[in-house]
Amino acid sequence: MMQDLVVSLVFIGYAVGVLLLFGTVLTWVERKQAALMSDRIGANRAYVRIPFTHIKLVWWGLFHGLADGLKMMLKEDFRPNAYDRFAYAIAPWVVFTPVLLVFSVIPFGGLLVPAKLAPALSSWFGDRSYPMQIARVDAGLLVVFAFGGLTIVGAMLAGWSSSNKFSLLGALRAGSQMISYELIMGLTVLGLILIYGTVDLTHIAQQQSGVLLGFLPAWGIFLQPFAAILFLTAAIAENKRIPFDLPEAESELIAGYYTEYSAMKMGLFMFAEFIEIAIIAALFTTLFLGGYNLPFMTDEGFSFPGGHVVPLSHTTVVLLQLVVFLVKVLIMSSFQILVRWTLPRFRWDQLLRFAWRFMFPLALTNLVVTAVVVWTVQG
Amino acid sequence: MDGAGIEIVKSGPYRRKQYWNRPTMSWWEKAYLPEVVRGLVITGGVFLKNMARWITLRKGALTTYYPEETRADYARRNRGKHVLTQRPDGRPQCIACNMCATVCPAKVIEIEAAFDPDDPVHPKYPARFEIDYSRCIFCGLCVEACPEDAIRMVKEVPDLPAHDRHHMWLSLDELLTWQPQRDVAKPYPAKGAASRGGQR
Repeated sequence: MMQDLVVSLVFIGYAVGVLLLFGTVLTWVERKQAALMSDRIGANRAYVRIPFTHIKLVWWGLFHGLADGLKMMLKEDFRPNAYDRFAYAIAPWVVFTPVLLVFSVIPFGGLLVPAKLAPALSSWFGDRSYPMQIARVDAGLLVVFAFGGLTIVGAMLAGWSSSNKFSLLGALRAGSQMISYELIMGLTVLGLILIYGTVDLTHIAQQQSGVLLGFLPAWGIFLQPFAAILFLTAAIAENKRIPFDLPEAESELIAGYYTEYSAMKMGLFMFAEFIEIAIIAALFTTLFLGGYNLPFMTDEGFSFPGGHVVPLSHTTVVLLQLVVFLVKVLIMSSFQILVRWTLPRFRWDQLLRFAWRFMFPLALTNLVVTAVVVWTVQG
Repeated sequence: MDGAGIEIVKSGPYRRKQYWNRPTMSWWEKAYLPEVVRGLVITGGVFLKNMARWITLRKGALTTYYPEETRADYARRNRGKHVLTQRPDGRPQCIACNMCATVCPAKVIEIEAAFDPDDPVHPKYPARFEIDYSRCIFCGLCVEACPEDAIRMVKEVPDLPAHDRHHMWLSLDELLTWQPQRDVAKPYPAKGAASRGGQR
């Protein structure tokens, strides 16, 4: 029992560390990538000076995230005069916490057998094995959607309790937009559930290490290309980023539902947004990009379509899976940032029309076609 | 009633104004997704190109680090900053006549004249010659007013980013850094050959 606790704590520490790291690093990635996309250099003035020397560490502006955090900590925590005190105070946490919780069901690695890692551990752990995932829940995808839906409540609370018309407008927009796109996200994922026959994210990731048509890795993006595009679009809309950033459109609503927030409370909203980029990337990786595995890779090693098998040691597999998962997440995050700096913002009526008259029928069609194909194949 | 300036507005259903320059889109553009992909390819291409340049230790940006880096593309006639020309022995050619300070519209030039008994031809010389670049408007009138061709402007900009205006002055030392190898106005000695009183 003690062993389970230790392993769980290690996993939780790893997950929280990874999420917070992504939250801060993605602010830097966003700045630098935007700069590179527009032929600029990007933020590079914040530095850390080694004490008693004149050596300044700039590190391509990596410390700007640190400077931002420090600024938000030290700023005055302004409170508007008229507001619902309780709702105003908990709203940032209601937005922030579910975002972190979603990661608990996402597998970030395959099966971990501690005894195989080091001989010293074998006497204590015996032949126990742990899937690298914080919460082994059968209803993995359902948990993701349940927690994802909670962030709407946070946005609505923030907008309503601020006693500000901009906030209220932003909250209304956030509510209708997120509910619309959550529906589409659910519909697109239904197709995948039909194919894999499970909502357990570990099983979904494992099934994707197979082979499709003899040469393709059986990734979700090859099985459900339409669903992948629709899912990513809906997920970006869910995260309220450009081109779907109507709830917080600066030119229209100042900052939308968090207009009245300052200092670290506002920082929490921003941080939640950046962590959600990583979460969406992790979810997309798990559902469509083969999860933590390289193509044709399983927990035992590689087995290529030609029948060629490359067995790997357990330590190599575990490290490779951890790294591959992080790299995939980083690439998908970078792609989301690319979208954010490429497309202009929708108008409000266009946004909802896009959801209900373009994406909703497409998602439904995709689901129906998938259902018919699965029915004919499986009999 | 009978046309007494009263215009009767007929109310009807609202009709959206049709603009003459209403954009027209083909069905390909209306499908939205292909155009989105095209845009992503363009921006992603720029990103990857610049990224490749940075990784291979070249510069992947059109902008410059200011103030560490100066732009290479200043025009030849750009009025960037002032220089004081020198006599062959290295002293300033300025005779402290105050013409430039008088003509200066922003009143940024301050000259303190002094007497040099060793040089009977040019007994007056500037002991201090300072320009306040926080106020200079770079009009070049000082250059035109100078009777001795003692002040000129070069294309490089002064390297003066500072946290307050008191650090934006250039004094005689910084203004005398111009060491041209070839000047049509008068011959200059080679570097190091000039010493005070050498050609007296």
